[in-house]
Amino acid sequence: MTDNNRKKEAAIIVSQEKLADAVYSMWLKAEAALFARPGQFLSMYTNDSSKLLPRPISICEIDKEKKSLRVVYRVTGENTGTEQFSHMKEGDRLFILGPLGNGFPCERAKGKRAFLIGGGIGVPPILELARQTQCEKTQIIVGYRDAQTFLREEFEKSGETYVATEDGSEGVEGNVMDVIREKSLEADIIFACGPTPMLRAVKKYAEENKIECYLSLEERMACGIGACLGCVCQSKDKDAHSNVHNKRICKDGPVFLSTEVEI
Amino acid sequence: MSADMRVNIAGVDWKNPVTVASGTFGSGAEYAEFVDLNRLGAVTTKGVANVPWPGNKTPRVAETYGGMMNAVGLQNPGIELFCERDIPFLKRYDTKIIVNVCGKSPEDYCAVAERLSEEPVDMLEINISCPNVKEGGIAFGQDPKAAEAITKAVKKYAKQPVIMKLSPNVTSIPDMAKAVEAGGADAVSLINTLTGMKIDIDKKAFVLSNKTGGVSGPAIHPIAVRMVYEAAHAVKVPVIGMGGIFNARDAIEMLLAGASAVSVGTANFHNPGVTMEIAEGIGRYMEKNGFKKVTDMVGIVE
Repeated sequence: MTDNNRKKEAAIIVSQEKLADAVYSMWLKAEAALFARPGQFLSMYTNDSSKLLPRPISICEIDKEKKSLRVVYRVTGENTGTEQFSHMKEGDRLFILGPLGNGFPCERAKGKRAFLIGGGIGVPPILELARQTQCEKTQIIVGYRDAQTFLREEFEKSGETYVATEDGSEGVEGNVMDVIREKSLEADIIFACGPTPMLRAVKKYAEENKIECYLSLEERMACGIGACLGCVCQSKDKDAHSNVHNKRICKDGPVFLSTEVEI
Repeated sequence: MSADMRVNIAGVDWKNPVTVASGTFGSGAEYAEFVDLNRLGAVTTKGVANVPWPGNKTPRVAETYGGMMNAVGLQNPGIELFCERDIPFLKRYDTKIIVNVCGKSPEDYCAVAERLSEEPVDMLEINISCPNVKEGGIAFGQDPKAAEAITKAVKKYAKQPVIMKLSPNVTSIPDMAKAVEAGGADAVSLINTLTGMKIDIDKKAFVLSNKTGGVSGPAIHPIAVRMVYEAAHAVKVPVIGMGGIFNARDAIEMLLAGASAVSVGTANFHNPGVTMEIAEGIGRYMEKNGFKKVTDMVGIVE
């Protein structure tokens, strides 16, 4: 009954580097690493008392031996919490809550041909997923705006990697769906994280081709633990917890079977 | 000797004066991973209606300077599932249970109060102050006559003491507090959120799908302290103070202003364990300042 053993944790920044315009990579030393799974996220708090809510940031890599987690995040604008994260240095302390959310069901991919799809700032969680899935064929498809294809080299070490860029400067011109069509790729299972229009296209493709598909969704959050009901998505069926057609992205997700959500 | 933190709110004994603000804590299950619910005076649940409500479209929350806005719109699973699942969960803990009740019509509120009359809950908090739903909610909370009438109606069905939760979006807090007292309220709680608006200057659109939302958090705390003070001087029934309490100091301010107990809301999102820290902090303040009983602090700043 007194299972109140979780709390906010002071993580220590191990390293920070800029990967692309407004995209940063940070390694954090934190107990949370011991429990983290691919597709889960951290609630990251700024040290600015005027910014009270945590920023939900997906986990990019997990190193249990070094008790460390990597996050790759985008600075969303001037005077934002993410901008403050980007100014932090090695040795600085940053409060986190996590790991939160359900994560990708990696075990479903075992022995299958998989698409691991990331778009924009939805690319980072695909890296740890690619490391941990034991697919027969790991096909990583990542979409970017332009030639700043952050994490690409790391993906190339983890599986067959295909790149799409909106401006055509690298890989296939267009989006991740254009890669699948152009290269005639096939899969038995799909995992995806990225902007909603991309996820809609992936969901449609998966359902038309009757492929098992998991989508990682995003929404503005407050509590991050399923209490405030700030970050719901619409569910196809009535959800057992909410008793309405809503699921909590932070707690029931962020990863959902494509057929159980309406996006 | 440790300080005596016990309070009696409308005949119900709480072990300490700290509860949570409705809507920020679910029904306690999610926070139980972070908080020992046995250490709270009471748990106040998210608002529950007679039938399930889907709430508003997203985005439902936004950060503001020193606070946040929400327009969840009282999503709730309905009273039947609540009684079946949430009350038994909370009964596992040694804390009081306050059920926040919402509705679109007087009949809705009364139906929930009646359904709860046979349930093992300790108090009802009637939400006549939610700014995020079109019908009901605040419609009853901005007119003293309507507030008195809904209080009277609910009191006919309620077996437990009734707390009326007041809105700050009114001209006169004393008038509203007196109205619900006249209607038979056993206690009042305030403040609910202040109606606000936030615009995304890049998208040139409202941040919240509901256009407006309720502002909460430390930014509104001084407004809440003033209103708690006014309410405490207007009515004889106990006042439960809330609005931007972020730490023990803020909670103590509320007690000194006249609140008999305090509710912690938005601060839970910043630190899920904050309610325990606030209860401890009040105890330390009492010892340092020579208060033997927490009740000795209530309303002493006049």
